Amino acid sequence: MTAILKGYALRLLPQIIALAAILLMVSFVFPGFFRLEIQNGRLYGSLIDILNRGAPVVLLAIGMTVVIATKGIDLSVGAVMAICGAVAASSITSGHSLAMTLVITLGTGILCGLWNGVLVALLDIQPIIATLVLMVAGRGIAQLVTEGAILTFNDPGLIFLGSGSFAWLPLPVIIWLVFGILVALIVRKTALGMLIEAIGINRQASTLSGVLTPVLLIAAYMLSGLCAAIAGTIAAADIKGADANNAGLWLELDAILAVVIGGTSLLGGRFSIAASVLGAIIIQSINTGILLSGFPPEFNLIIKAAIIVFILVLQSPPVRNAFTFVALLRTSRKPTERQAR
Amino acid sequence: MKFAKALASATILAACTFGSASAADLVVGFSQIGSESGWRAAETTLTKQQAQERGIDLKFADAQQKQENQIKALRSFIAQGVNAILLAPVVATGWDEVLQEAKDAEIPVILLDRTVDASDDLYMTAVTSDLVHEGNVAGKWLADTVAGKPCNIVELQGTTGSSPAIDRKKGFEQALSGHDNLKIVRSQTGDFTRTKGKEVMESFLKAEDGGKNICALYAHNDDMAVGAIQAIKEAGLKPGTDILVVSIDAVPDIFQAMAAGEANATVELTPNMAGPAFDALAAFQKDGTMPPKWIQTESKLYTQADDPMKIYEAKKGLGY
Repeated sequence: MTAILKGYALRLLPQIIALAAILLMVSFVFPGFFRLEIQNGRLYGSLIDILNRGAPVVLLAIGMTVVIATKGIDLSVGAVMAICGAVAASSITSGHSLAMTLVITLGTGILCGLWNGVLVALLDIQPIIATLVLMVAGRGIAQLVTEGAILTFNDPGLIFLGSGSFAWLPLPVIIWLVFGILVALIVRKTALGMLIEAIGINRQASTLSGVLTPVLLIAAYMLSGLCAAIAGTIAAADIKGADANNAGLWLELDAILAVVIGGTSLLGGRFSIAASVLGAIIIQSINTGILLSGFPPEFNLIIKAAIIVFILVLQSPPVRNAFTFVALLRTSRKPTERQAR
Repeated sequence: MKFAKALASATILAACTFGSASAADLVVGFSQIGSESGWRAAETTLTKQQAQERGIDLKFADAQQKQENQIKALRSFIAQGVNAILLAPVVATGWDEVLQEAKDAEIPVILLDRTVDASDDLYMTAVTSDLVHEGNVAGKWLADTVAGKPCNIVELQGTTGSSPAIDRKKGFEQALSGHDNLKIVRSQTGDFTRTKGKEVMESFLKAEDGGKNICALYAHNDDMAVGAIQAIKEAGLKPGTDILVVSIDAVPDIFQAMAAGEANATVELTPNMAGPAFDALAAFQKDGTMPPKWIQTESKLYTQADDPMKIYEAKKGLGY
């Protein structure tokens, strides 16, 4: 057991170090950063804000990780968020119950994923093109649903999903924690994860060795759609309205970035959901840190870009090789030093 | 998107086919940018309403955010021989040629809401709002309301680098200068959206001693204010009382917030740009009066005293 935990810790070490460094940096520019207090029966503080505001990207990153592990990519998740938010708002305002609304909304997300999956797995269209279709068209669909306006609602149940709290934590945090653990368990406690990696490494070879490639591929995109649907529902519930123009705008890129920061290769194969979640939290820490720091907004993107470039350079193969080389030099030198003595 | 596009081209086609059969004495073509925001949708609705009230036959063309569609629409209006053209240009450049064609055909062009980089003899007039003035009205209201008491202001800017963000900030700061009691302590972009407005306000509240240090919020648009109001409520404070809220645009939802006492004031960016345009056109048709090159729309201030619920009901149906 400890060996497994040690393995996990080693895999996640770069991300944990990066996150710790960023949090430390933010606490220098904003001293009250680590302060946590209980207010209105929930934890209140900047750290909680990071976990809460990061919810959409974390959820998208979970689905995106699995898709990227199959050597695919899902550009449509931002638009699917907008569609699902719009569907949730219009369903609840037209008088459906909360349960019915959730079924319809999550179903819509899964359907969007099915569409992507069919294009990729059955029609063999390259994932970047296949999902681009829905990325471009999706916002139009969302606008058709909301009829171009921000569709607001007052249903306390749906609003609770976005801004309620449970066990001192905001509900979105609980949702992504539970969902993330669930997905990680399903792919890692069964052979599913290995089969997904096999497809990512060599689709043809895995098909020939009996893996049901099309089914798994479609399932991966459906999972991504489901993640986007949950994220879209949370985003809409958070502002009590569906904003078809802006919900999830550019978040597909943040989700891909989270996966990359998490160390999963865009070429498919090995993946780690926990690392992608950490990647998403790293991105949100940067965002929240910038907001707290009080720098003028013109610097927002520059600061974000600089930090991300730094993290990615640290992860690049030449730099990693250099580190390993230095480490090797040290370990190999030690015995010779002893001999000399 | 494709459906809407097909629909738009069908509309243009229909306009081309049946347009000439109309009996109205004034035919005006209107090339709209699209329906990217609620305000834009309201502008379209109001333009159609205003045309109907005056008995003007309005040919409407939705450009789906593309300049090439607008140029096509303008050429088709010219070919139909309309009496005048209303143009809400999607971008500022590249209009010289088609505007010259309109001028050669002696069809006056009136720009709505945005201006173009072209010689000003190519169009009759431009009806726009003064963004700097809007910020100024908001700032003046705040200065009058706090009346000399010290007040720390947080500002939610629009998208960094966009002209509404730059000008609304400028106007607000102009109104504040000379009032040493008013200080902008934090200013960040909320990208004109509710989500970002809420997120940024959350961090403002954390950074300024749980919000105890903040006396007023100035948001460059109502949507960010609506998001920020939720953040203030979730932090256990009363928006509108503990923190004054002033914003710009006057979309319906902010009137709901004002009715609930959660927002204090908003400056209207009127979607009725067509009204003044049609008035100028009528004067020109009657005795050839040329309007000034720029007609500034009114930036009206609304507060809780203006029966916000009634305005909400009136604005609700406009397509915001």
